[in-house]
Amino acid sequence: MNAKRTMITIENQELLKAVEGYCAQGYRLVQICCVKETEGLVLHYTFDKDYDLIDLSINIAEGDPVPSITTIYPCAFLYENEIHDLFGVPIQDINVDFKGLLYKVTVARPFNPAADPAARERS
Amino acid sequence: MAFFSMAGSTLANLFKKPATRLYPAVEPKCSAITRGHVAIEVNQCVFCGICGKKCPTGAIEVNREAKTWEIERLQCIACGNCCEACPKQCLSMDSAYSRPVTAKEKENAHEVARGA
Amino acid sequence: MSSVSPSKHTVIPFGPQHPVLPEPLHFDFVLEDEKIIDVIPSIGYVHRGLEILASKKEFTEFVYVAERICGICSFIHGMGYCEALEEIMHIEVPGRAQYLRVIWSELSRVHSHLLWLGLAADAFGFENLFMQAWRAREGVLDIIEETTGARVIFGACKIGGVRKDIDGDTLKRIADVLNNLQSDVQAVCDIFLKDSSVKHRLCGVGVLSREDAYALGAVGPMLRASGLAYDCRKLGYAAFSDINFSIVTETDGDCYARCSVRIREIYQSFDIIRQAIAKMPGGEVCAKFKGAPDGEALVRFEQPRGEVVYYVKANGTKFLSRFRARTPTFANIPAMMQVLKGANFADVPTIILTIDPCISCTER
Repeated sequence: MNAKRTMITIENQELLKAVEGYCAQGYRLVQICCVKETEGLVLHYTFDKDYDLIDLSINIAEGDPVPSITTIYPCAFLYENEIHDLFGVPIQDINVDFKGLLYKVTVARPFNPAADPAARERS
Repeated sequence: MAFFSMAGSTLANLFKKPATRLYPAVEPKCSAITRGHVAIEVNQCVFCGICGKKCPTGAIEVNREAKTWEIERLQCIACGNCCEACPKQCLSMDSAYSRPVTAKEKENAHEVARGA
Repeated sequence: MSSVSPSKHTVIPFGPQHPVLPEPLHFDFVLEDEKIIDVIPSIGYVHRGLEILASKKEFTEFVYVAERICGICSFIHGMGYCEALEEIMHIEVPGRAQYLRVIWSELSRVHSHLLWLGLAADAFGFENLFMQAWRAREGVLDIIEETTGARVIFGACKIGGVRKDIDGDTLKRIADVLNNLQSDVQAVCDIFLKDSSVKHRLCGVGVLSREDAYALGAVGPMLRASGLAYDCRKLGYAAFSDINFSIVTETDGDCYARCSVRIREIYQSFDIIRQAIAKMPGGEVCAKFKGAPDGEALVRFEQPRGEVVYYVKANGTKFLSRFRARTPTFANIPAMMQVLKGANFADVPTIILTIDPCISCTER
């Protein structure tokens, strides 16, 4: 079958509006993924409807706050908590916030270690 | 709606042999290509070290100068990469599983060949 | 919300070790008498950080790590990783390798569903059916061992194709073995679907409505049992574009519907394997390639438990920069929480098992 796969890059501020647009059109959330680049991080939000996939990516710098999409897709809380625990991205206003205790890791942000060695100790 | 539908097979099972084997008293059932453990014909080995480089877990250690070939059995995942890569075809996959051991030790191929 | 004050609520932890639970997941149930009001999930007991190994192992060796993400879903993890890399490096996989991948992934699905059937029966006390289902599963594992060399972690996929071929005689023998197996499996599954005590435990329990299933991001048999026809095999990866099959759905959305979907998928997988054996082309089973990958790929497959998404990012060296597997149970957890709210505490093991959790996949 001819399933479409589109990858779009947008700005951090446009995220909530774009996600609301997809929800209104009937898309379901597939995954949220975080990739560590040499400079900063990229967050991928993937949506799907009738086998057509849309991947939204936003580029953020270290420590940039990102709004949570759980107001639109309540099931996104697990992905956002995981990204917060493993990469240290400060996602704000998650509906079910585990406050860093979803994965009880001994080293903070294991997939994106902080440059400062003192900050690597689990707070 | 069915009632007592298992009764027939339960009665039949009373008179059948068990479906399981008493391992380790009885050898396990395996096929011709079962990947059990890596075996080496060490007299044909030229100690080139390609198997050690291709091993995904780093279980094989080859020393070219000292002419030794060692494998850590507990690290080996029996994938068969080494057997495919060996230029002299001296590595093969044997179908018997490695026996349980009580210590993590490297197995030296020459010592095994001498019958240690 | 309830009309009883919060001081009458009890919080009971469930898992990670529990006699009926096959997987180490943890829930905290807030109970009022015997009814569950709220559920708080807790995962992370078997988190091994496998995704970060992608930047430490060469991309040709990482396929062995990807296969070991989970024992039951192992082949499709390996195949998914290989297909993502084949897309990045533009490798053309030979037709025979595609069909072999279809056969192994459907054998994997049959083995996973039979394993699930045994565990689900064990969860509500039907141990006899548990043993019979696992005895039928041994027939499938024997076929897998004869064709790949191992029972659970196949080691059959590599980038560019598959590592072993199956010759024509073995394929005919597999078709015969499957015909015999089908009658054994049919006997076991008929008991499961028609027995009155089983129906009493499963019908009307743990209902997930169609709208909730879609909005909460449920995938796989959970979604199909609530009436939505969605199966990633229709995307046509491997050789599925040449295979005729229809998507198995039910409309009730309760535990019985989820069980019925999985059992009908077992029969459907037998049919798919027979079609693949009949249509198998000749030729090579592996394509050669050179160089290192550079680019990104997002691919989707249908695991026994649902839709799995792989995202691979490569930067031109032999180590990948990111490998991400979004596994189906991870997506099913919010739907699982919705189903558990309002259920009786005694039905919890039954409901959790009809969702078919696979926690080693969830936590990688």
